[in-house]
Amino acid sequence: MKHTGRFGEFGGYYVPEVLIPVLEELEEAFDRFSVDRGFIAELDQLNRNYAGRPTPLYHARRLSEHVGFQVYLKREDLLHGGAHKVNNTLGQGLLAKYMGKTKLIAETGAGQHGLATSMIGALLGMETKIFMGVTDVERQSVNVHKMKLCGAEVVAVEGGTGTLKDAINDALRYWTSHVSDTFYLFGTAAGPHPYPTIVKHFQSCIGREARRQCLDQIGRLPDMVVACVGGGSNAIGVFAGFLDDKDVQLIGVEAGGRGVATGKHAASLTAGRPGVLHGAKSYLLQDADGQIIDTESVSAGLDYPGVGPEHSLLKDTGRARYVPADDEDVLDTFGLLTRIEGILPALESTHALAHVVSLKGKLAPDTVVVVNLSGRGDKDVGIVEKHRPLKDPRKAE
Amino acid sequence: MKSYQEVFSDLRKQGRAALIPFFVIGDPDFDTSLELVKAAIDAGADVLELGIPFSDPIADGPTIQKADVRAMRGGMNTHKACQFIRQVKRHKDIPIGLLMYYNLIQQYGVERFCKDFHEAGVNSVLVADLSIDDADEILVPARAAGLDSVFMVTPNTAPQRMERIAAKTTGFVYTVSLLGVTGSREALSSAADGLVRKLKGLTQVPVCVGFGVSKPEHARTIADAGADGVIIGSRIVAMIENHLDKPQEAVREITRFLTEVKGALAAK
Ligand SMILES: Cc1ncc(COP(=O)(O)O)c(C=O)c1O
Repeated sequence: MKHTGRFGEFGGYYVPEVLIPVLEELEEAFDRFSVDRGFIAELDQLNRNYAGRPTPLYHARRLSEHVGFQVYLKREDLLHGGAHKVNNTLGQGLLAKYMGKTKLIAETGAGQHGLATSMIGALLGMETKIFMGVTDVERQSVNVHKMKLCGAEVVAVEGGTGTLKDAINDALRYWTSHVSDTFYLFGTAAGPHPYPTIVKHFQSCIGREARRQCLDQIGRLPDMVVACVGGGSNAIGVFAGFLDDKDVQLIGVEAGGRGVATGKHAASLTAGRPGVLHGAKSYLLQDADGQIIDTESVSAGLDYPGVGPEHSLLKDTGRARYVPADDEDVLDTFGLLTRIEGILPALESTHALAHVVSLKGKLAPDTVVVVNLSGRGDKDVGIVEKHRPLKDPRKAE
Repeated sequence: MKSYQEVFSDLRKQGRAALIPFFVIGDPDFDTSLELVKAAIDAGADVLELGIPFSDPIADGPTIQKADVRAMRGGMNTHKACQFIRQVKRHKDIPIGLLMYYNLIQQYGVERFCKDFHEAGVNSVLVADLSIDDADEILVPARAAGLDSVFMVTPNTAPQRMERIAAKTTGFVYTVSLLGVTGSREALSSAADGLVRKLKGLTQVPVCVGFGVSKPEHARTIADAGADGVIIGSRIVAMIENHLDKPQEAVREITRFLTEVKGALAAK
């Protein structure tokens, strides 16, 4: 490998030997094509005309009134497929094509990355196989259906808790026996090197645009940038634009589940300790022996016991701060945003919003907060209805 | 404590390859697992390869994944694995290699792990998800504790890297016979033979072959290619899975199977 893939002590490539040559090939291809003019032009064209970039930065006036400071939403929810995931799948999908690979595999939690990969598989005419935990297949059935419509095969993974980590395990296992023609399109800024770097690269358009839009629309940089953190791809994507702007606070919001104190959550940075999972050293939710523990969150996309290695470094250096948002607050916030802005946020992204709402009245009125609205919530309507039925008398006011 | 060197040089004199069964420690529970491992030793195992169960074994197929789950449900953990090894060594002094995942060692503390497990009777630790590029994280404390090093070579490992791997190896090279995860296979990978011959041309350290070795004929073919040992995992672990209600059956079946493999390895 040319680079160590380290973010401080975090990251690296802790994988079985059989995957080393494959990751080397990927690193080399990424180093080459990410600066290739033809590749860049083709990706740029697809980002514009297929995915819908650039996405707007929207000043949410009613939400701003509600919380007492200025909230701007980076509208990744408007992208094709309904989430930021397409930024990464277009980039990696094109990389796969340039490498001469003919098949794509991917893991998925909420189904958003699986869907975004299936779309690109269809677009590029590549056979696509999506690994998804059985629990997630059940709670995200609409996305499963969409993936199949795009021609992908969806493999329901039985192992473990049937969630994202188990889907990653099985995708990695499958990859080891299909290394020659198959490209593993990893969905988040985690996993072994070079994935954290590749995913950040393709997601950093979010931060680059948001920074420019702030300067254009507001005439200055924001005071705070907030994003939800599952594996950390949308967060590192938006943070990337502001890492060097030391006065911009960066806040990552993790899945607090039923509350960090209950142990039923997925807040790796808030409550975990460093360890090695899925090829990288990073903060992890684990027991005293180092066995990975079950996570819980109302949002499938954040239901992951690990986190991308760069976030671990940003936490330790203090450049970014990570906080949890609990399921109950997230569900309340989902209701709030839909009612006052007419925007259905993905439950993942709603975590970021829930934290912003928790700051109500605590910031000066001219404070500018950018929230990365990583995806839209159509996929979550059924889950929200289960927890907050419309006919519920509590909500009838 | 018996060293790899003693065992492999003895076997070389006899012109025989080592029989190396693999078990997940504590599968399905401490006592049954100990009985099974003792039976394997009595059936003629020359070296043991033992796994400490992990929640996310990415190098393992379904058979060993399920064994990990059984062992963890049966209460196995890193500390108990250490006690387990002490008891195995009380039965017979045979070399033991651990095959496991890095996080368990990290959380135990690398130095303490090497020291405690060497004291218990372990000869080497092969970390499935730690390549030679980062091996120094564990090699230094492992050497200090007196452990040998074992690394994997796979069919897609480049020749130069093979040399680097062999140079870091003091125990044996664990040759993975195929591109994939652990699991029984009907046919032996066609890559096994060539890989063994290539490695034998590169290094003096013993070369053992594992992953997908499931039948006596497979073992024979590998030995004929010049390997110093054959590692059989999933096939044996499946026998445990098939007789969970009657562990004595598993003991009998594993004994019978290993005796057969031993016979195949002995026949000229
Ligand atoms: C809309 C949305 N946001 C966020 C995430 C979390 O992933 P990441 O932390 O990589 O952005 C997901 C994952 O499925 C998602 O669908």
